[in-house]
Amino acid sequence: MTIMNIVHQLQGIGVSPGIAIGRACVIRQFEPGITGETLADEAAVEREIALFREAVGRSMEELILLMAGAETAVEEILGVQVEMLHDPMWEGEVLSKIGTDRKNAGDAVLEVTQDLVNTFGSMEDEYLRARAADIEDIRKRVMRYLRTGAAGTVEGWADHFVGVHEMVGRDEHDGVSDAAAFADQILVAMDLSPSDLIALDISRVIGFATRTGGKTSHASIVARLRGIAAVVGCGEGLDFIVDGDRLVLDGVTGILLVNPAPDVVEQYVEKRKEQLATTRFLQSLKGKEAITTDGIAIHLSANIGSIEDMEQALEYGAQGVGLLRTELLFMQSNSLPTEEEQFIFYKNILVRAAGRPVTIRTLDIGGDKALPYLPFPKEDNPFLGYRAIRISLDRKDLFLTQVKAILQASVFGECRILLPMIGSVQELRQAKALIAEAKEDLTRQQLAYDADIKTGIMIEIPSAAIMADQLAKEADFFSIGTNDLIQYTLAVDRMNEKIKALYDPFHPAVLRLIRNVIEQGHLNGLPVGMCGELAGDPQATLLLLGMGLQDFSMNAPFIPVVKNIILQSSMALARAVCAKEMDNII
Amino acid sequence: MITKDYIIRAPEGIHARPAAALVKLTRQFKAVIQLQKGEKKVALNSLLNLLSVGAKGGDTISLFIEGEDEGVAADAMDRFFNDLKE
Repeated sequence: MTIMNIVHQLQGIGVSPGIAIGRACVIRQFEPGITGETLADEAAVEREIALFREAVGRSMEELILLMAGAETAVEEILGVQVEMLHDPMWEGEVLSKIGTDRKNAGDAVLEVTQDLVNTFGSMEDEYLRARAADIEDIRKRVMRYLRTGAAGTVEGWADHFVGVHEMVGRDEHDGVSDAAAFADQILVAMDLSPSDLIALDISRVIGFATRTGGKTSHASIVARLRGIAAVVGCGEGLDFIVDGDRLVLDGVTGILLVNPAPDVVEQYVEKRKEQLATTRFLQSLKGKEAITTDGIAIHLSANIGSIEDMEQALEYGAQGVGLLRTELLFMQSNSLPTEEEQFIFYKNILVRAAGRPVTIRTLDIGGDKALPYLPFPKEDNPFLGYRAIRISLDRKDLFLTQVKAILQASVFGECRILLPMIGSVQELRQAKALIAEAKEDLTRQQLAYDADIKTGIMIEIPSAAIMADQLAKEADFFSIGTNDLIQYTLAVDRMNEKIKALYDPFHPAVLRLIRNVIEQGHLNGLPVGMCGELAGDPQATLLLLGMGLQDFSMNAPFIPVVKNIILQSSMALARAVCAKEMDNII
Repeated sequence: MITKDYIIRAPEGIHARPAAALVKLTRQFKAVIQLQKGEKKVALNSLLNLLSVGAKGGDTISLFIEGEDEGVAADAMDRFFNDLKE
């Protein structure tokens, strides 16, 4: 069969930066069908039962091996699958289809799993509906062994995996010998499941392109984690890509070029070279301290949500964590994380930070962030509603559990507590009273904690920014959250496509509020930091420096960019920039 | 045979971790334990069975416990459902 090479440009969502130029490796998901065979005699029944048991055993071994190397969230998914493989109900039904209905093992598994997928897939509850995907994953895994009789070792399995995914134009049994040809491959798939990503040897993969998915789909997260360029949500156009097509993928713009002209490829090769040179230069700044030309040291730290982010932060030379978002821990769990689970999470991050300061923000849910297992009534104005500290002061049990976990972790490093969405002195007092209660409880239980732990507040509501002088008398530090501060000050929802142009971080009203917070903090001897997106915006660095901000916390990849500006500037220049900008306002 | 009725108090119902824990607990006893919600009655030694019942917060479920250690098993079930809040 001859396949014509098509020239094509697809627009997807860029989810992991970088330019990848390589050959397409199209992953066709393995879809076995029912054979309709009827078993001839008892011997055949015995044989099929033995085959089924062996396939389940092998699948189990495989899952356990996969779990060993997986991130916690993935491990939990795989754990549910192990439990399902053990399940007496599904085993019973498969055995009865083989023994009584005389179906072969493959057909029996397909029929039983299809019934289960239908049952779960039609459930009201979102969590239960999602279990249908687990059952499909189990079906694929067991069917692979039943229909291909693959080997069960991990090394053998990765190659086998490529084989059974039927590389187009290739005999599926040739997977192993073809492995060497995959030097620069870009994976093209419908979507990539957790087990796909663990099983594939992605050390030889320089990019992903998927038909479905978004910024938070599993493939996107893994791509960012491993530094692989990725574009997701490319749509149906992706189906026309065949194995070996030349692909150019830009993980920033989301563009995917299929078989582009040589001069276009040349442009992207140049672009990639420039990016690499910039990256290398910025990497060379990793060990350098951020000091202005006139000798003022600035603290640059990272915003993180997980232990993986912590690793990345250290990679980019972060001097600490200015914002640990604890909601990710809650969002990735299937039920409320216990005090013990939270303690372990915070402790691991503090240990990894090795004495660098870590600021832990208490739970900031509500608004656009919901927990599936903690449903709250729908609100007309969620951003003006029941969220963050407002939930914590109402659901004291949740807050106390979290604070106790943080306090117990605090002896493992340099740790501070940060309260989100504080709008008044009264709220701060209530929260501090609860923290005192948590401390007393731990003292009673004779558990160790840092008695002098600092409690600071996010300044992200205009009322707090205006009342900074009063709040400064009772808080230990300020951290300015620009995203919400801008949205609330300007009354602009930046997710609203029609008005997002009105979302202006440099609006004079916003800048005056920020300047007031920094000034009032310093007048009262309080450290003032910023952990909103503005802190990582290179256009704002000099302006913020000039206002007197000395603590910037941002997503780790921006640290070297901001550091580079600081290294080349003086405070005198920064003050001049600030004076000019603020003058322009007035 | 011992019969027990419970109201599920955890708002999310019997989800992942509690469901797995309940199945594990059930397997520790010789007694056969069945769970009924509405017309659906399933054996509790299967996670798939338990999940397929789709017990939500506020639902009433019944347990049927039968076997030589049914007394001990019933006590353990009491503890489990009383602790199942959030």
